[in-house]
Amino acid sequence: MTMLETRPVAAPSLPTEKRPNPLPGLAMFCWAVVTALPLLWAVISSFKTDDEILNSPWSLPASPQWDNWARAWTAASIGRYFLNSLIVVGAALLLTMLLGSLVAYALARYEFRGNRAIYYTFVAAMFFPVFLALVPLFFVVQQLGLLGTYAGLILVYTAYAVPFTVFFLHSFFRTLPSEIAEAAVLDGCSHGAVFFRVMLPLARPGLVAVGIFNFLGLWNQYLLPLVLNPDPDRYVLAQGLAALSVSQGYRSDWSGLFAGLTIAMLPVLVAYVAFQRHIRAGMTAGAVK
Amino acid sequence: MRHGRWRFLLGALVPALVLHVVFVLSPYAQAFWLSLTDWTGVAGEAQFVGADNYVRLGGDSLFLDAVRNNALLLVVVPLVTIAVGLFLASMLRTSSPRLGQGYRIVYFFPQLLSLVVIAVLWGFVYNPNTGLLNSGLRALGLGGLAHSWLAEPAFALMAVMAVLVWSSVGFYVVLFSAAIEGIPRELFEAALLDGAGKWATFSRVTLPLVRETVQVAFVYLGIAALDAFAVVQVMTVGPGGPDGATEVIGLSLYRTAFTYGKFGYASAMGVALFFATLTLAVLALRSGRRERLELA
Repeated sequence: MTMLETRPVAAPSLPTEKRPNPLPGLAMFCWAVVTALPLLWAVISSFKTDDEILNSPWSLPASPQWDNWARAWTAASIGRYFLNSLIVVGAALLLTMLLGSLVAYALARYEFRGNRAIYYTFVAAMFFPVFLALVPLFFVVQQLGLLGTYAGLILVYTAYAVPFTVFFLHSFFRTLPSEIAEAAVLDGCSHGAVFFRVMLPLARPGLVAVGIFNFLGLWNQYLLPLVLNPDPDRYVLAQGLAALSVSQGYRSDWSGLFAGLTIAMLPVLVAYVAFQRHIRAGMTAGAVK
Repeated sequence: MRHGRWRFLLGALVPALVLHVVFVLSPYAQAFWLSLTDWTGVAGEAQFVGADNYVRLGGDSLFLDAVRNNALLLVVVPLVTIAVGLFLASMLRTSSPRLGQGYRIVYFFPQLLSLVVIAVLWGFVYNPNTGLLNSGLRALGLGGLAHSWLAEPAFALMAVMAVLVWSSVGFYVVLFSAAIEGIPRELFEAALLDGAGKWATFSRVTLPLVRETVQVAFVYLGIAALDAFAVVQVMTVGPGGPDGATEVIGLSLYRTAFTYGKFGYASAMGVALFFATLTLAVLALRSGRRERLELA
């Protein structure tokens, strides 16, 4: 390794650091400000009156306007969109985890003809841009009569989240020791019972990681609902917020829009503060795998 | 037991496979066929037109704008994001653990937000009169630098790029920090003993050893840059404007299909996007194979 070539060192100057360079600290602080400032600004603006927003963008609100939040939640339907997101994402997440872990486990722990073919069929789908499928997918969903329904969105979300889940959990199930499963089989457990009672609990860390990853991916989904979910009553949060930013812009209810934006950010922020270590670990593991 | 084995396997695989075939595989396959037709959505009235759609793409100036913009995004967004991400990650290595942890928490947060939330937020930030950016510039006495960021063709695409970089840097800081923490400490100590400065340590020790992570980052960021749909569709004027300045392939496809109902033509755009993505992935993986640095 060339980088380790030894060079005569005049004096081992290792412990006596020179004057600390202020640049690293300053750079890190600056990026923190760049990241946090727009977010804080949106939260603060959600408590201001329209007049304050338009005339003094950098000031604090004279008195907090809680009414903005109430208006966004009810009149602007953010509450309904929130509920829709919760229903669709909750159901899709459960279904994805169930189907994804079943497939990953079956492919990782059973030898049979076509095993590799099925595995690659799932994994290959991860490399295709969703845009390619968009047009035919719209007509498939329409022909099944599922356009603009919760069920349609849940099934499509699941179908597009399963490949990564299989890919991630497949390697995970491979690493689990087989002795425990064999012991359970000798004890008379059925295949299903071995999976649900023994292997699934063992895979918990992997399930948590991929579950967090899937939740965020599905919660933030925009393109699929935009095409498959045209009914405003069933808009998910991202979709509703985008529609709102157009319509509120015309009505110039800026404060209501800032409140809606803040409501959309809040649950993610709360979850992040509570689980931040898990979330960062889960999401970066997803990228490295 | 053998009987139970097959029943379990069927039960485990069939439901997911059915969903996969119906909602994922069959649409992908159909897209290639549709791209060779002039279909406008009426059942049974798809005429085979061969490569006509692809020929038309070559003369469609808005689509060519989109290709140009995606190409620019593809070059600028990954490079800037990775540069900033690596810089901050190597700064974090030498900072105090507590402070570093705090910074990581803040940096990472935008990664969790939906791109729609980010786009609406930055739409406000860029607002020419009341936005954070212009009013901040004016407060600093730099009012001359204020612009209608999203309305001026010279700035609109840069504004989109800035948003994409802003939203992804934090994720890559965390990813790169994890990779840098995986480098044995002795290597950094040896470099320090050898009198290597900050830059030499970074370019000779850190960078070669996180190369693979950087390549993964290039693929992910490249795919995101080929997309950019949500930010453009929600934030820019038009959307895609002014005058095609922020048009991207995804937006062209969406509009062609779901506003104009030219489903065959839109599918050809999807196929073009697919080949762009494929080329990107293959190139990145190839360059990854060539030289692989191994630690003793």
